[in-house]
Amino acid sequence: MQGDRITAMTRTFADLHLCANPKESEGLSKMASKAAKLGYTLMGVPLSPEKCEEEYSKLRNLDNADRGDFASRVDLKPKSQNELIRLLRKLRRKFEVVCVMCENKEVARQAAKDHRVDLLSFPSIDFRRNYFDRAEAELASNSSAALEFDIKPLLALRGPSRVRLLSGLKREVAVAREFRVPIVVSSGANEECLLRKPREMAVLAELTGLSETQALDAVSTNPQAIVKRNRAKLCAGYVAPGIRVLKEGKDC
Amino acid sequence: MKRRYLALQIEVERMPSEREFIDAVWSSIVQLYGEFGASQTGLALISYDVERNSAVIRTALGALSMVRASVALITSLAGTKASVHILAISGTIKSLFPKPMQK
Repeated sequence: MQGDRITAMTRTFADLHLCANPKESEGLSKMASKAAKLGYTLMGVPLSPEKCEEEYSKLRNLDNADRGDFASRVDLKPKSQNELIRLLRKLRRKFEVVCVMCENKEVARQAAKDHRVDLLSFPSIDFRRNYFDRAEAELASNSSAALEFDIKPLLALRGPSRVRLLSGLKREVAVAREFRVPIVVSSGANEECLLRKPREMAVLAELTGLSETQALDAVSTNPQAIVKRNRAKLCAGYVAPGIRVLKEGKDC
Repeated sequence: MKRRYLALQIEVERMPSEREFIDAVWSSIVQLYGEFGASQTGLALISYDVERNSAVIRTALGALSMVRASVALITSLAGTKASVHILAISGTIKSLFPKPMQK
């Protein structure tokens, strides 16, 4: 318990789904500085696959000393397994975080199996199309995929819709915990007023059945581990896990 | 009964009245936890500062996580888009701020 408290005090927080429009510099800058003020040191912004480099350099050049670190992210919504494989082949090396929105079972299964996928996202609102079952979780636990859900629907919905959403999330989280699939909680915010402090996000994550420590991990350790792992893989000297090229040439 | 005091920062274009604010908090708790859950919170508004856009509320210790979640879920106050952030949580009012905020 004391160890958990000490760890919680030294945590740094990340929000991997800041849905600001990368084309609007002013709006993006405001959201980024608001997020940094609230306590996030790492923010993931979804970029378009076609203009990834241009938008990412815009992010990096934002003239704001208070903003945190940015991670480039792409949200894939493939209709079929083959389309997913094609998109991953094309885009994996261009983005630090790859999230797959699983709209059908075939895509969900392939995404869970594929080691190139970082985040699995399921349509939380429509409980009839919920594909994160035990088989899916077992596949995800063997690859490096994490389950992601956004806080924005919890803020936006009321009444029976929110009840359905919460019960769906509770079910998914219970399955993820059983198979030790990492969970990532993001804001999904497209406006400043939808941003919440990291500990407030963790408290909302606890509504889905996570413990306090697991909820805090979902907004700090888990998302940061994904970005750290991928940044290491995407850097020039990377060969394989644990192997890096330090020096090349005749005098090595 | 052990209690906790929460210092809140209110981000809104037009600050609501005290009544509107505390009604919004109660409403959020009732929506999320029902009337029975709300009855366990022992919620009370201790102070409300329009100039600083801040407020202090009191809750029972056992209901602290309920109140924190309910406050985080507030998205509007008196019909205006708003967000409420928790600045500090403490067992005494004095330790919430450097200078105590008394009603």
